[in-house]
Parts: sequence; C-alpha cells; structure tokens
Amino acid sequence: MEKTLKPRSEKKTENFIAIICLVAFYVLLFLLDNYLPRNSFTTMLIPVLQKSSIFALVCVSMNLLNGFTGLFSLGQAGFMLIGAYVYAMLSIPDEYREAVYQYSGGTNIHFSIPEMLQGVIGQSAGSFFGAIICIIIAGIIAGIFAALIGIPVLRLKSDYLAIATLGFAEIIRAVFQWDKLGKITNGSYQLRKYTAFTDMNINIGGNVIKFTSIFPVFIAMLCILFIILLINSSYGRAFKAIRDDEIAAEAMGINLFKHKQMSFIISSFFAGAGGALLAMYQTTIQAMAFKTAMTYEILLIVVIGGIGSISGSCIASFLFIACNEWWLRFLDSGSLFGIVPVPFFRDGFRKVVFSVVIMVIVLFFSKGIMGDKEISFKGIGGFLKDPFGAKRRKAKKAVAAAAAAEGGEGNE
Amino acid sequence: MKKFLALILVLAMLMAFGLCGCGTAPADNGGDTAEGGDSAGAPAGDTVYIGVYEPQSGDNGSGGKQEILGMQYANSLTPTVDIGGTTYNVELVYADNESANDKAVSAANKLISAGCSVCLGSYGSGVSMAAADTFEAAGIPIIGVSCTNVLVTDGNEIYYRICFTDPDQGTIDANLVHSMGYNNVYCLAMLGEDYGQGLVNYFVAAAEDLGMTVTQDQFPEGNSDFTSYLTNAKNAGAEVIFAPCSTGYAQLIIQQAAAQGLTVPLVAGDTWDSGVISDACVAANGANEVYCSTFYANGSNPEFEDGIREWINGDSTNLANNGGTDELAATTVLGYDAYYVALEALKAAGSTDPAAVWEALPGVTYDGVTGNIAFNDTGDADRHQAFIKNFDAESGTLVFYDLIEF
Amino acid sequence: MIEFLHTNMAYLLNGISVGGQYALIAIGYTMVYGVLRLINFAHGDVFMVAGLVMIYATTAMPMYISIPLVLVATVVLGFLIERAAYRPLRSAPRMSVMISAIGVSYLLQNCALYFTGGLPQVYPSIPFLSESVTIWGATTKMVTIVTPILTLVLVIILVLLLKYTKIGMAMRAVSKDFEASQLMGIKIDMVISATFVIGCFLAAVGSLLYFTNYSSVIPTSGAMPGLKAFVAAVFGGIGSIPGAVIGAFIIGICENIIKGLGWTTFSDAFSFALLIVILMVKPTGIFGEKATDKV
Repeated sequence: MEKTLKPRSEKKTENFIAIICLVAFYVLLFLLDNYLPRNSFTTMLIPVLQKSSIFALVCVSMNLLNGFTGLFSLGQAGFMLIGAYVYAMLSIPDEYREAVYQYSGGTNIHFSIPEMLQGVIGQSAGSFFGAIICIIIAGIIAGIFAALIGIPVLRLKSDYLAIATLGFAEIIRAVFQWDKLGKITNGSYQLRKYTAFTDMNINIGGNVIKFTSIFPVFIAMLCILFIILLINSSYGRAFKAIRDDEIAAEAMGINLFKHKQMSFIISSFFAGAGGALLAMYQTTIQAMAFKTAMTYEILLIVVIGGIGSISGSCIASFLFIACNEWWLRFLDSGSLFGIVPVPFFRDGFRKVVFSVVIMVIVLFFSKGIMGDKEISFKGIGGFLKDPFGAKRRKAKKAVAAAAAAEGGEGNE
Repeated sequence: MKKFLALILVLAMLMAFGLCGCGTAPADNGGDTAEGGDSAGAPAGDTVYIGVYEPQSGDNGSGGKQEILGMQYANSLTPTVDIGGTTYNVELVYADNESANDKAVSAANKLISAGCSVCLGSYGSGVSMAAADTFEAAGIPIIGVSCTNVLVTDGNEIYYRICFTDPDQGTIDANLVHSMGYNNVYCLAMLGEDYGQGLVNYFVAAAEDLGMTVTQDQFPEGNSDFTSYLTNAKNAGAEVIFAPCSTGYAQLIIQQAAAQGLTVPLVAGDTWDSGVISDACVAANGANEVYCSTFYANGSNPEFEDGIREWINGDSTNLANNGGTDELAATTVLGYDAYYVALEALKAAGSTDPAAVWEALPGVTYDGVTGNIAFNDTGDADRHQAFIKNFDAESGTLVFYDLIEF
Repeated sequence: MIEFLHTNMAYLLNGISVGGQYALIAIGYTMVYGVLRLINFAHGDVFMVAGLVMIYATTAMPMYISIPLVLVATVVLGFLIERAAYRPLRSAPRMSVMISAIGVSYLLQNCALYFTGGLPQVYPSIPFLSESVTIWGATTKMVTIVTPILTLVLVIILVLLLKYTKIGMAMRAVSKDFEASQLMGIKIDMVISATFVIGCFLAAVGSLLYFTNYSSVIPTSGAMPGLKAFVAAVFGGIGSIPGAVIGAFIIGICENIIKGLGWTTFSDAFSFALLIVILMVKPTGIFGEKATDKV
C-alpha cells in the first residue's frame, strides 16, 4: 500500500500511457455505439458496459467507506434509491407526468430540468446537461440524507453500524413507498419516461450520433477519478488512518467524527449519482427493487475486487455483471454450447455457481482480485513477463540459497 | 498464494474470452434457447426466433410458466411458418424476468441479442412496463399476453396486447360484487405491484360509483402473514374481499381466511384463474367462495382443451410447470393465441426483420381460441367479453360462472 | 378496555404467535453473537432451508419421521456452515466473517432458488397444529396457541442448560472472554459448534411453527424474519436470552398492531426504527450488560 516514490520521468510516462489508453478506450466505445455492426456480441456488450460502469461507481463509493475509512456500512441501496428517485422526479417531461402519476392522483412537481434546458440550448444538449444537473442534484440530496443519518449512526462501531445503516436503508425504502407522499414519489408505483441513455443521442441532419455507452462510462469514470483524487489527498490519508487505528488517528489530531461524516456523505453522494445512472439504465424505477439484497450484491463485488482497491472494484464489477448477465447465462439454459444437454443446467444454476465462486473467494482468496493494490502499467508489464511468479520465486530462492543480502520483491 | 491468485485470474480470463468466442457463435444458432429438446430434431433450414419474455421464478413464476406452456404447445403444433415464400423453423427463446422490474432490462437485452424478430410477454404488468423502453430502443415489437395494466401499451408504441385491460376488468369485478348484493368491500393488493394496484384503482372507482363502501390495504412484497389484513377486513365489516395478487399470495390468503373462520367471498382478477388457486381452495375445504374474472372459460372449445391437456399430461415437466394439475389456466390459452398472433405478424411482414414486423402488427387480425384479436390505436386488442369463474367444490376446479359483455 | 381487547384479540394473538417464532430465531442470533461477536446473516436462511427440507421430506415419508429429520438436517446444516464458512476465518477481522455470513446467506438463497425453480412451495399441514380453534371470538390456528407455550418451555430448558451444565458454563465463559476461557482449557471450537447446534435446532422448531402458520416457502422467506429476529436480539440486549425472547414478543405484537392501524407500509420499517432508537439510547439493549471498550 505504501507508495514508493517514483522518479518524476517514470511517473510522467505512466500518465502518458494512461491517457493514451483512455483515449483509445473512448474511441472504441464511440465505434461500438455508432459504427460496429449489431450482432449478438455487441448488443450484449453495450448494456453490460453500461451496467458495469454504474456498478463500478457504486462499488467504489462503498469501497471509500468500507475499504478506505473502515466504516462497515450497509446502506448503499438506500442512498441509491434516493438518487434514482430524485433524478427521475426531476427529469420526467411535463407531458408524461399525468400518465406516470396516474394512480397517485397527479403530482405536485410541474417542471423538468432537461425540458427547461432543452428550451434554451436545444434538444440533445438540453437532455445531456439536464441529465447531468439532475444527477448532481440526486447526489446532493443523497448526501444531505447521509449527513442527517450520519449524526446518530456514525457513533456506532463495526457491526452495529452495519445493521443501523441497513435499517435506515429499509426505512428510506418504506418512506418512498408511502402513499401519502404519492404526489411526489408516486408511492409504490414505477417512475418512467424520464431522460434515459437513449436521449443522449445527437441528431445532426438525419445522422444520429449515439452516446449510449460512452455517457455512463464517462460519468462513472469522472466520479471515480474524483474519489481517487480524494483518497490521495490529505483527507484520504486521514481516512486511512481512521481505518487502521481510530484511537491512534484521534491522538494524531484527526477529528474522527468530522472525517467519518465526510467520508459517509461523499460516499452517499456518489451512491446517489450511481442510483441516478441506474435509473437511466433501467428506464423505469421502483423503490421495491432497492432491497438489502442489492447492498449485499454490491458488497460482494467489492470483496471480489479487493477491499481497498479502486481498480479491483472496477474490474470486479465488470466481471460480475458480465458473468451474471451474459457469459454464465448458458448455465441456466439446460445445455452446453447448444448441443450437449446437461441435466442440472436449469434456471438458477448460474446463481448457484456464482455464489459458490463468491464463497471460495471469501474463504480462500480473502484479498480478492487486487487485494489493496491498484493496477499500474509496471504491474501489468511484470505480470505479462512473469504471470505465475515462477521466475521471481526462482530468483528469490537463488538469492536465498546464495545468502545474498539483497533481493526484495518488486512493487507489483 | 499469489500463484493461485494469478492462476485463477488467468483461468477466469481464459474462460471469459472462450465464452465470448463461443457465446457469439451459438447465440446465433440458438445456443441459449433449448428447453425441452424439441429443437434438436428440427430439420435444417432458416430459423426465426420468437422471444418469450416471461417470469419463470419469483412471485409470478408459476403464472409465467403456465403462460409459456400455451406458447410451447402452439409451437409443438405449428413449428414452422411461411414468411415471404420461405419456410422458417420457429424457435422460442426464453428470458426469465424473475418477476422483478429491475431484472426486466437484462432479460430484455438477452432476447434482443438473441436476434428475436418479435417477443411475447409478460405475465405481470410491472415487468412489461419496465422493459418497454428497452424493446423500443432496439425496435423489436412485443405482444403483451396477460398484462392488463393500461400503462403497458399507453405511451409505449412498441407494445401490443391481446387481452382486455384493467379499467374494463375493474368495472366488471365491481359490478360482479354489486350484483351479488354486497356493499362493503375490502381491497388488498401488493405494494408496488402495478397489476394489482392498477386493478384495485379501477375497481374502487367503479365500486364507489355503485355506492359501495371500500377499504384499501396493501401488503409488502414477500409477506406471508395475512392474518392481520384479514382481521382488518373483518373489523371493517367487509362482506367481500377483493384481492388481485399473484397466486403465491392468493394461496396464503385463501388458507389463512379459512383458518381464521372468515368465510366471506373472495374476488380477484385474472391471476387467480389457475390450478394453484383451486388446489388451495380444495385444501381449505372450500371455506370461501372464490370468484375471478378471466379471459377464457373452460369448456368453450373442448377439442383444443383435450389436445392441450393430453400434451400437458404427456410430459412430467409440463405437468410440473402447470402446478401438477391439468387444469387449464386462461393465461395458457392466451399464450397459445399469442404465439399464433406472432406468426400472423411474421407472415404479414413478409420478413423476419423486427422493424417490418412492427409495421405489420397493427393490421394483424387472428381468430383465436379466446376470441377474435384485432388491435386498436393504442395497440390493445378490441376485447368486449370477459368470463367470471368460481370455485366448484364438487369438481375441485374453477368453473364457468358468467359471461360479461362490455 | 376489555371491549378494545376483545375486538383486537386477533391482532394480539397473532402478534404473540409471530413473536414466539421470532424468539426462537433470535436466540440463535444472540447466542452466536455472544460467543463469536458475529451477526450470523445466514441464520434466517437456515430457517428457510428447514422449511424446504420439511416440504421435500413429507413428500417421501410420513410426518413422524420427517419432523425429527428436519430437526436433524437443520442442525447438521448449521454445524457444517460453521465448520466450512466461519471456522477458517477465526483469526480474520470481524468484517471478513460477516462478509462470509452474507456469502453463505446468498448461497443458501440461490440454492433454494435452484431447487424450487423459484416457485413458492406449499408447506404441508401438520395434523394437530393446523387445526382451527376459537378463543374469545377470534378464530385462529392451533399453532398460534402452541407457539408461545412451546417457546417459553424451550427457553426455560435452554436457560437451565446454560446455567447448570458444563457446556453451558463453557458457553458463558467464552462469551465473557474468548481468550481467557481458551487459557482455562475450554475447547473453543466445541463450544462454538454447540452454540450453532442449539441455535439451528431452535430455528428448525421455529420454522415448523412459522410455516405451519404461513404455509408457503420462497427462497427469501427467511430474510425478513431473520432480520427482525436480529433486531429483537439487539433490542433485548445481545447475548441475553430472556432479552431476545422479550424483544421478539414486543416486535411481533407491535408489528401486528401497526398492520391493524393501517400503516402496513411501515410494518417492516418499524422494526428497524426501533432498532435504531435502541442503538442510540441504550446500545446494550434492555437486558444487556454494560460493556467497556478496551483499547
């Protein structure tokens, strides 16, 4: 975890490579959205990319709390719910409101931020900036709720904190389903017809330029970048100090409550933003879906990726979502590769395999994919040269046998 | 330790890429689709895929499976279709939406990536509404089978529907209760379920117009303790309980009402027309009268019914999917009709291109087992009749009670 | 007052019955937490699995064999879970064990989903317990009456067991101080296994009673009762068995009163609100011993 100081030039090259990779990635995404032919591979890749980027954001926000501040919170689904609802409520176009709020007897909200902006700066730009403003407001409201909840809850320790935040998430869910608030939240019914990813397309003279998968990936990446910067700042170091030893941290002059509260609010802000993105992805939302099971799922992704590793959370979200919705679907289908009938392959088998894998990771690879390390190009290079660590171990052995004085492990 | 980690990572990646590679190829020839193995022996030739977007697990799992049975039976009778002069094999592609609105999008994406020309489903209105935008973005038309909520087709141009809708059904149920001479109704539906809540909404509106007293209540998802709700009904002086909900909850309500000695009639919508309900009534010794409005009355078409019963009884999986009985649910019959409507649409389109099918759908008509099907401007079928069934203790099944024309 | 009680008898009876069933689950939580300091999230799912085992057992064999079989199978399951999922993590941080518990819960639910095909399974009616009985104008099932009585009997036996047997003393010692009791020659692993065995046995009894009352089992059937039972355990003071039982009865009764008042949206949220209030006001619960945090 300790960062060895690297020479400036080396760091510069790394940043350079990173930027090139990012640009290449976005170009690929753009091609995928617009020019690549639609076949069963690309039609599945787009939703998987969308959903996994959203989950990556939510998982990183949970990781900030669980992995970097040491606060074991299980309230993520509740904050996502707030974010999703606020986003949806603010961006349903006025013409659809009557239909959406039909069973709640109409609504008290009579404006839509994307629609207002569309009147000023045009259709697609209005949707785009409107959606971004709504996402930010969604995050802020989730953050405000977190601030209120944090005051009583953050005094609690480890598992009591977990169960209290879990309880709050359930209470939030119940409040949003309350029919007395129906004119605002639409009670327990679905919210629909708000700005979604498909509204991000730009129509220039009949040519539609699509941003369906770039948009969520970009927003999620921006948010994650902010979290990374935060973790590397002095606040981040304070968070880690609190995680490692509360009492020592306090003795060092870190204001425990202030920093915990801050971490909690920021994490919830991004959970709310993630919720808003999830709402965009799903095109309809309903409080019923934000159950404890959702938080558990997010927590398991964080564990698979490695508690305390941002890149781990991102990789794990992609693997989790892709396996769950795409690659492992064949386990449910009753046959292998469409030919060999396997009797125990039927609905639900995918989930069983999945949960067994998770248990194996939890029990035997408790560090997850990345442990608490981050991906670096040097690490990837080293891995490619020496994927099983055989050479390194050999070298180490040789060194030990020769009783040489030096022979430390390279930073992975 | 590190070695293991690395090994696992590499294996996972290899597997992932391997599956990627394999996943693309067989998905086109139906890698994900086999269920029941009837596709294995089909002659070589062009294949058209019809997506089956139905719940196979969760609250509505048993209802969804019954609806699929109808489609499978139709598929077994008519496994091919002539589209634009070519004979295509029809293959059903299944996606389980788990009765959960948040799983709707990924289930829909599965059907889209499998290259379906048209989709059928779903049992349950909430999941249908939740997937509408995804299907719309992909341009694949979908035909609702038994989702009765108005909002499924209203505002969703991609959605068509072959059954009647909640405003009609709610009014019919309210009139039914009124005609039986009751004036105090207790309505119970699941919190957040679009089907039940929507139906209760129209029921209440109609019932209040008829001068009835209505008490409304909701139970949370996953609830299994209905005794308090039934006591609420008792304390409200309810003479009838109107409880449109999925069959799992219905079983519990029937059983707990009997155990509590609350013997008022139970009235519900189309979900209750299922062998599961008659079994629950038998187990409760028929303590409560049970009425439900539905799409099809058994006995209207004996030839068809004998055929499908024989088919269900001939296969243990089918029998299990129908809840262990050969009692025919109206949703099964609707599923059967839906399959043929999809075939008609394909024929009319003259192509397997989803866009062509979408274009052709509004003009499709089909004379099905449940009556004539033709779509109006919102994409709903013009239905003007519904059936009321009630539980008959003697035969232990739900039998025809009344025919309502509207 | 009498009149009020009379009209609301059904809510009360039902509340007491549900409370008794929560109590039987809550004991499992509170004992495990007492010994291991672990919120055993999988406990509710063990309860659900017990229900499923009963359903499958009765299709193959008569009732008098299946009931003991269910009890044995649940106990074995609990023992195996502890052995496989918690024991390897004995020296790991508390958070890892809790995550492991969540993983086990996920696994059990998904296995149940696989075996049931995701459809609700109908619980068999147990002859005597399923009969209807009328008390003071409220008709209910026999099980409603039997539950609180059986719960109290089991709790008294358990308390006596803890107080007077060797293993009971060992359990109390371990929950007081893990390391010291190890030094005193107590076989920690054995004590922990015994805790799980007792907890799961009571959960199995609870599942027999609960599902006789509400006769359908779905993979998530255990989740809510499990969480509520945990709230009850915290409410009563975690580690305290009488506390858990009283907490469970209070939650069961309040929940039914809330449903009776027409606040059904909040019937689940209420338990959590109660939990949070308790954690704020008296974190050790009503019967919990005051613990000091050691540095």
